[in-house]
Amino acid sequence: MKVNVLAFGIAKDIFGGSTIALDLPGNKTSDLKAILEHQFPRLKLLRSYMIAVNNEYALDGHLISETDEIAIIPPVSGG
Amino acid sequence: MNTQIKISEKPLCIQSCIDWVMTPQSGGIDVFIGTVRDATKGKNVLRLEFEAYEPMAVKEMEKIAAQAFEKWPVQKLLIHHRTGTLEVGEVPVVIAVSCAHRDAAFEACRFVIDTLKQTVPIWKKEVFEDGATWVAAHP
Repeated sequence: MKVNVLAFGIAKDIFGGSTIALDLPGNKTSDLKAILEHQFPRLKLLRSYMIAVNNEYALDGHLISETDEIAIIPPVSGG
Repeated sequence: MNTQIKISEKPLCIQSCIDWVMTPQSGGIDVFIGTVRDATKGKNVLRLEFEAYEPMAVKEMEKIAAQAFEKWPVQKLLIHHRTGTLEVGEVPVVIAVSCAHRDAAFEACRFVIDTLKQTVPIWKKEVFEDGATWVAAHP
């Protein structure tokens, strides 16, 4: 399925833009992480990162559908 | 409403934050004001650039506020956070908490800022004379 992933902070620099379109083979957050890390190996150098689905942090087994709002959340540093 | 959460590009007004949490039943107000520091690890910081994933950041701040109300007898709680470019001495975040007694106000305020720094999707980039880095991005 095709998904769009929003990027913030350093993830935006890594993707070279604030959103990227991906062909996702699979339907879990872990599938998305695998393909993102394959296409953007610099993600593996981060301290950590999370995936958010519909504005909530999602665990690796979370199921994704095409209409979800998906974002990559690199380590936060507000305040 | 006893909670006010805001993300804004405009400068924050500390006095109006304090005024908003004040109630006749309050015995104390605890306020945390984050400010832009001029150096990190001995390197001069010129400015900070803040970015937020706004809808999710608001949701996460609402969760933190709800937890604070569960844990302490909080009367009113306010979280304001700025985005955009901030110069040294400017204020990126204000947290204000009113309670009947000071212990709860201190503890709740500290909980809110500590948790915000861990969970709320907001990012800051430190701009130095010779480049810029996203804070906390790398180990």
